[in-house]
Amino acid sequence: MIIKKQYDVVVIGAGPGGLAAAIEAKKGGADDVLVIERDVELGGILLQCIHNGFGLQTFKEDLPGPEYAQRYINEAKSLGISFLMDTMVMDVTSQRKLYLSSRDFGYVEVDAHAIVLAMGCRERTRAQVRLPGYRPNGVFTAGTAQRWVNVEGYMPGEKFVILGSGDIGMIMARRLTFEGAHVERVLEIQSYLSGLSRNYVQCLEDWGIPLQLNHTIKKIIGKNRVEAIESVAVDEKWNFIPGTEEIIPCDTLLLSVGLIPENELSKKAGVALDPVTGGPFVDEHFQTNVPGIFAAGNVVHVYDLVDWVSLAGVEAGRSAAEFALAEKERSARYIPLVPGKNVRYIVPHKLDKKALEKGDISLQMRVTKPIEEDVWLEVHGEKNSIVRRSERYVRPGEMVTIVLKPRMAAEVEKAGRLTVDIYPKSEA
Amino acid sequence: MQEKYDFIVIGAGVVGCMIARWLSRYEGRVLVIEKQADVGMGTTAANTSIVHAGYDPVPGSLKARMNVKGNAMWDQLKAELNFAFVRSGDYVVAIGEEELPALDTLMVQGRKNGVPGMMIINGAEMRAREKNINPNVSGALWASTGGICDCFQVNVAAGESAAMNGVEFRFNTAFEDFIMEGDRIIGIKTNQGDFLSRWVVNAAGLYSDVVMHKAGVRPEFKIQPRKGEYFVFDRADIQIDNVLFPVPSDAGKGIMVTNTVHGNTIIGPNAQIIDDKEDTSTTIPGMDEIWEGSQKLIPSLDRRHVIATFAGLRAMGNGPCKTPGVNYNKDYIIEIPENVRGFVNLGGIESPGLASSPAIAEEVIDLLKDAGEDLREKKDWEPIRPARPRYRDMSHKDRQLLVEMDPQFGRVICRCENVTEGEILAEIHAPIPALTYDAIKRRTWLGTGRCQGGFDMPRVVAILSRELGVSPMEITKRGHSSEYLVRKTKDLEIADDN
Amino acid sequence: MEEKNFICTACPMGCKLIVRMEGDEVVKILGHRCRKGETYGRQEAIAPQRMVASTVRIANGIHPLLPVYTKGSIPKRKIFEVLEKIRAIEVPAPVKAEDVIIANVIGTGVDVIASRDMPEK
Ligand SMILES: Cc1cc2nc3c(=O)[nH]c(=O)nc-3n(C[C@H](O)[C@H](O)[C@H](O)COP(=O)(O)OP(=O)(O)OC[C@H]3O[C@@H](n4cnc5c(N)ncnc54)[C@H](O)[C@@H]3O)c2cc1C
Ligand SMILES: Cc1cc2nc3c(=O)[nH]c(=O)nc-3n(C[C@H](O)[C@H](O)[C@H](O)COP(=O)(O)OP(=O)(O)OC[C@H]3O[C@@H](n4cnc5c(N)ncnc54)[C@H](O)[C@@H]3O)c2cc1C
Ligand code: SF4
Repeated sequence: MIIKKQYDVVVIGAGPGGLAAAIEAKKGGADDVLVIERDVELGGILLQCIHNGFGLQTFKEDLPGPEYAQRYINEAKSLGISFLMDTMVMDVTSQRKLYLSSRDFGYVEVDAHAIVLAMGCRERTRAQVRLPGYRPNGVFTAGTAQRWVNVEGYMPGEKFVILGSGDIGMIMARRLTFEGAHVERVLEIQSYLSGLSRNYVQCLEDWGIPLQLNHTIKKIIGKNRVEAIESVAVDEKWNFIPGTEEIIPCDTLLLSVGLIPENELSKKAGVALDPVTGGPFVDEHFQTNVPGIFAAGNVVHVYDLVDWVSLAGVEAGRSAAEFALAEKERSARYIPLVPGKNVRYIVPHKLDKKALEKGDISLQMRVTKPIEEDVWLEVHGEKNSIVRRSERYVRPGEMVTIVLKPRMAAEVEKAGRLTVDIYPKSEA
Repeated sequence: MQEKYDFIVIGAGVVGCMIARWLSRYEGRVLVIEKQADVGMGTTAANTSIVHAGYDPVPGSLKARMNVKGNAMWDQLKAELNFAFVRSGDYVVAIGEEELPALDTLMVQGRKNGVPGMMIINGAEMRAREKNINPNVSGALWASTGGICDCFQVNVAAGESAAMNGVEFRFNTAFEDFIMEGDRIIGIKTNQGDFLSRWVVNAAGLYSDVVMHKAGVRPEFKIQPRKGEYFVFDRADIQIDNVLFPVPSDAGKGIMVTNTVHGNTIIGPNAQIIDDKEDTSTTIPGMDEIWEGSQKLIPSLDRRHVIATFAGLRAMGNGPCKTPGVNYNKDYIIEIPENVRGFVNLGGIESPGLASSPAIAEEVIDLLKDAGEDLREKKDWEPIRPARPRYRDMSHKDRQLLVEMDPQFGRVICRCENVTEGEILAEIHAPIPALTYDAIKRRTWLGTGRCQGGFDMPRVVAILSRELGVSPMEITKRGHSSEYLVRKTKDLEIADDN
Repeated sequence: MEEKNFICTACPMGCKLIVRMEGDEVVKILGHRCRKGETYGRQEAIAPQRMVASTVRIANGIHPLLPVYTKGSIPKRKIFEVLEKIRAIEVPAPVKAEDVIIANVIGTGVDVIASRDMPEK
């Protein structure tokens, strides 16, 4: 694939948020839509969420995650959107320049008229870090275990304890049970479930997996690999209640303690983040504080249902296309001013053709070398000369000016760019 | 047939690797054995990473001499081995007028030890140099030669330099006993078989007492482990600009607050006498102790910003100082004992063992020469261990060039620290290959960011499995029964009986 | 008379249902906030049903496993039997989403189908 220098809309992330945005941007009239995904395939985190429960709003069907994603993937592919997979966006600037890193495509710079951030979220890990004890292997986030079991095809353990009653943890409890492992316990420090009650019923209760509210982990036991955990009950201030400790033998501890929007890139682009959601501040079109940079999906705030993610993607994609088209039109009105013979630079660097109708525009420049005889200062397009005036000499130390007049607008209109040459009359 | 060496070094910590690197200058066959899966998994894995100036050790002690001499060697060492080291200077901070006299005492001691570039600054000056300091600061001793490094990188770099110059390394190989011929050591027995050697060097850290006792040396010498625990802060949340010690008390150097070469702030260590040489677990009382200790210097720290904890064990010995008139019995032992031949014995190399390590290595060479060993310099010895590219720290332009040269560097594996497949492959195929997840993590800093490996772990396991040609189920976190995976998802064999 | 307690899973509201039974007959359902809940309570009391999602081995695919699910609900007590069937087989790549992987699994009348496309390696 040939990567263009300039795209109308670039979408970062090919989860349901990003795919919906790309589809809508394309439908909204953006010609060049590029989706960049660091994974080797499209679909985002849904590809590992193989359980059903997706799409009840959008498709009125109870679908597994991969199937929900598949429908968007198929549509996106049919529309002629460009994709770069196995490619990571390293940096985004507020000027909407992106830096991509890829084994197949190299380290590339592209410009976008509009950008949709759709990087999703990541799992929290902090709960584990202050636990006393060793740092044995066998402590994973529920999502990492999900990837291993469902995608890579390996089990990270046989006997599990899950810390946190988030949805991914409960769903993994059932998944692991289905694959013949034992889930000994789900511990939740709060006095209430943090995931959906539907998941409690179908994932824990159905299989007799005990959930203990107001409980947490006091210590991880095991040096090389987890051998057990010590659980403990807590009071309403989360202080350990002495005497309630229990040793639960297990070989794996899964953490399911919540998700947090993934915004390292957004920060680089100067996008302001809401400390409460962890995602960008957005308006009703999901535009961030940086003009032309939109955000959709879990990157904005963590959704409970993927259907809402897709809807957000639609809005962000539509708005991004609108912004890009306006931006494109505006930039199409400009023509560049190019230094030609013996001209070092010209200010302004580009000019709006329409502006010439309203009044004079003076071009200021400096020469590269002195010419101590009569010279011509000439502005011309690719084929047509626009204006020429003479000067008795030019020197690098002295600025030179040429003025474009409204009467020249018709000639300027014909040109794709304007070049200024300064040369001795003797050479003309 | 048994392998025959000129030198065997027991232990691949920073001391063992530095000695191996110094030995690699000379003709002769050198082997380093290490019971763990990688270099630097003992005490060198977990310490404060400070290159001390040298005002702490008791004047006249070997420790003082090694520290001050070692400190001066670090600039050249960094230039040759290409690891992270910053000679930032360090501070001993006095809080309240009553702590001021202690600064003078340290200054005098430092001068006796030959420490250059020390100065006492006042409270206002200290506040200007560290914006977060306790406002009650009354003054500080500034030692301009102090510095910070990445202790693990130093250990790897020294080991690799040795390996590049022909030193052999055997991991998962534990020393068990010596093979003697009369009073001469002629080799060692290990769990992987016997190896013969003309010289054996004891660099076994916490186990140096066990090793020397097997040789019949210093039966009264004992290593008493002293545990030190730490907190690491997220560099996005808090950044302390300096290396800050409190005024030492009878209990030790106290809880310090320091920046690191990676930009994270760390606090610690406490000092807890324990018996188990393997007990590197963190404890609730210990964590509370370092937390409270840190408040003395930087009251504004926020415990919620802690992203990691760890603990290390000091190898505190009871070796008497040899200098007449100096009454000190926790000195380093670096000797060729009189009663056993073919043995270079080290013991009690506790802090500042890292700072001293190049000087210790040179001391070992000097001892060998004094013992009549004919050390002949190799003509082709290569002092430079080249740096490897770190994508994260590169400019856009440099990244572009690097990926053009080797496309593997374009593939980012760790999304938080931006570590690429090219970097991982380079470590797996380095002079000392990184064969476990932790080995790669500690060399590249992958998996140390906010997601703590959640994203990269399955990918790194897959790369290791592919490169080493083994099943992912054989890939470990740090060797020794620390596998990640137990079976294939669909290979359910165990009968479901409960 | 017997009373069974359930949490309705027909929507995220999660109403607490009480189902009064006379032998195998449902006499009364309390606690639901809509009709779907009533249907759910009755079904759950008499013969609970679930959809099942898992994975099967796939040969030559870009991944070693293909995610699959039952096209409709099956009796809850038959889940492990279905899982065993799913565990036993291996299919060849390529596969398209919704391709039937096991027709009429263990005579439930429900097909096990693919959850996604799985191209060849
Ligand atoms: C482990 C896990 C399990 C979940 N399970 C469920 C569930 O069961 N039900 C549910 O409704 N929701 C679940 N969620 C929430 C789920 O994320 C959303 O429902 C939905 O997938 C969000 O869509 P998204 O497009 O915002 O993000 P994602 O699906 O996460 O997609 C983001 C994409 O962006 C890519 N990306 C990120 N950064 C970059 C970059 N710098 N360069 C290139 N690409 C990048 C990622 O690789 C990813 O493919 C889960 C989330 C996680 C993390
Ligand atoms: C809390 C703490 C803070 C410190 N802070 C600093 C500091 O800021 N600056 C400083 O200069 N110093 C510091 N130190 C001291 C410094 O870390 C040590 O002096 C140094 O790391 C010792 O290196 P070593 O090679 O002797 O030991 P180690 O790194 O422990 O290496 C010994 C090696 O020998 C191996 N081994 C043991 N037995 C056998 C056997 N039977 N067979 C094979 N191999 C064996 C071990 O596995 C180990 O890898 C600190 C120490 C601690 C504990
Ligand atoms: S009874 Fe109705 S409202 Fe209540 S949970 Fe069930 S479906 Fe939802």
